Amino acid sequence: MSDETQNDKHAPNVTRRRFLTALVTASGAAVAGTIVVPMVKSLDPTAAAAALATTTIDLNPIEPGMQMVALWQEKPVIVVNRTPAMLATLDEVEQKGILKDPNCNVPQQPPYCKNKYRSRIPEWYVGIKICNHLCCIPHYRPKKASVAPWWLGGFHCPCHGSMYDLSARVIKGSPAPHNMAVPEYDLDVAQKTVVVTKMYPLAHLC
Amino acid sequence: MSFKDWFVKRSPLPEMWREHMAEYYAPKNFNIFYYAGSLLLLMVVLQFLSGFLVLAHYIPTARGAYDSVYGIMYDVHYGWLMQYMHVDGVSLIFVLLYVHMARGMLYGSYRSPREIVWIVGYTTYLAFMAEAFFGYVLPYSNLSYWAGTVITSLFKSIPFIGGWVTTLVRGGPGMSGDTLNRFMALHVTLVFMIIVGLIVLHILYLHKVGSNNPDGIEIKASKGPDGHPVDGIPFHPYYSVKDLFGFGVWLIIFGAIIFYAPTFHHIFLERTMSTPANPLKSLPDVTPPWYLSPFYAMLRSIPNKNAGIILMVVAVLFPFVLPWLDRNPVKSTRYRPITRIMLLIFFINFFVLAYLGEQPPLPKYFFAERLGAFIYVAFFVLLPFVSKFEPTRAPPARVRFRAH
Repeated sequence: MSDETQNDKHAPNVTRRRFLTALVTASGAAVAGTIVVPMVKSLDPTAAAAALATTTIDLNPIEPGMQMVALWQEKPVIVVNRTPAMLATLDEVEQKGILKDPNCNVPQQPPYCKNKYRSRIPEWYVGIKICNHLCCIPHYRPKKASVAPWWLGGFHCPCHGSMYDLSARVIKGSPAPHNMAVPEYDLDVAQKTVVVTKMYPLAHLC
Repeated sequence: MSFKDWFVKRSPLPEMWREHMAEYYAPKNFNIFYYAGSLLLLMVVLQFLSGFLVLAHYIPTARGAYDSVYGIMYDVHYGWLMQYMHVDGVSLIFVLLYVHMARGMLYGSYRSPREIVWIVGYTTYLAFMAEAFFGYVLPYSNLSYWAGTVITSLFKSIPFIGGWVTTLVRGGPGMSGDTLNRFMALHVTLVFMIIVGLIVLHILYLHKVGSNNPDGIEIKASKGPDGHPVDGIPFHPYYSVKDLFGFGVWLIIFGAIIFYAPTFHHIFLERTMSTPANPLKSLPDVTPPWYLSPFYAMLRSIPNKNAGIILMVVAVLFPFVLPWLDRNPVKSTRYRPITRIMLLIFFINFFVLAYLGEQPPLPKYFFAERLGAFIYVAFFVLLPFVSKFEPTRAPPARVRFRAH
């Protein structure tokens, strides 16, 4: 059989070819998709990493006015036992009108902490001790006038000078845009323990 | 000037595309064995991807390695899939390598002018052996530990510098976390890069001289008025589309193994891989993976340490000189019945040796192992004489091909 007769017999059916090409392309894309999804998923945090997600903090050793930092998911979580005098400063800064977001409208904390104390119980502040500006660790400066003559106590970042009050609400004039983030946590008053459960998803750290 | 023109003017890619794909003329009579080459390329890419993803969770320390591998299995999302892809991929690469090499031997693809193609390809096979061995040790199971100990102790037989070489390879007096560190470095960088480089060379050398075919005749001998071989067809689209079909069939087989028989009856993934390394407890029987076991069977068939190692090294190196052992003007064994029978015996013998290498070292296997080693060596020793004097049928002037 010569090539010509063969070509006559099998004249290219363009529609059929296009259909087959589309079919092969689609099934190829389906195969690639089904393997790419597990491949990318395999780079997610492992189950073992997820199991290390919570940290329990014992509050008993923290005396009034004192603070403690615990490591939670490779991040520092600060717990402050605020005295009535310290809590009074929160109203004082509000009256001065120097806070960027005094009512905590930006969801930097779970709904149950959307108050001037930014905590479940006024005396216990639990928050992530990371500056909202560029991820530095602010210093805890509770003494009045320790940072500036008008200073009422709070957090001061050594990197770019961001200032926060004792509820970690950011003070005007700081490069940091938002209040410091508060994670989701449970507070057991009887046992005096805090369990940091997970990051509040709407909050951003830095 | 369109962007395409601007790009083409500056790019080497269109020329490379023409040279190696669109205007690379390959014989039109390729058969099923010719899928192995392109499938090997696919498998190397898949090994790279799955290897990259398991490496992202692997810890190369004596204490951490085994647990991290189990962590990949149970804690990493789809880690079991990446792990089985990587483990089963090794065995399938060796299946394809053996098919690819057997094809070359059947049709005389190692003969002039393709000697360098054969040598580069065979070197790639040896590099794959090294790559597989280093990867085998990384999980640091008890099998890894003892396989690593046995293989690295082979270097002790090198005269004068053997002890030094063994210590250098192990990074200490025995297998340890330091060994894992350097084996990981070898597995993921040096040996892998060597394999990639050799594959590129293999293809470039092949495309310089052109592909052989089942009839073992040169298609470049009969060219049409357009200067292209009349029995050649452009690699793209003809063979690229054909290989794509092969990819589809092959991925179904690969997927079936991963999902339904990931250990392949404990041939692809041995039972002894599931206990951690224990320097105080040797395994009941240390056998190599199936793809290395023919050489291991030859090693232990001789009851003398150094003689056994020499036989194994000779057996591994013999194929390098194959292009010069074959002295018959006819290349393909389609037209050389005696060589074809010898080759079939050689192939069967190779897999019998693989089976024997997996058996416990009992005296009842010794005779069969020695016979197997004898047949292996005899093939290479007899080939120069048989090929010189054997009766042959005349190969056709043009390739045999039936349109379909």
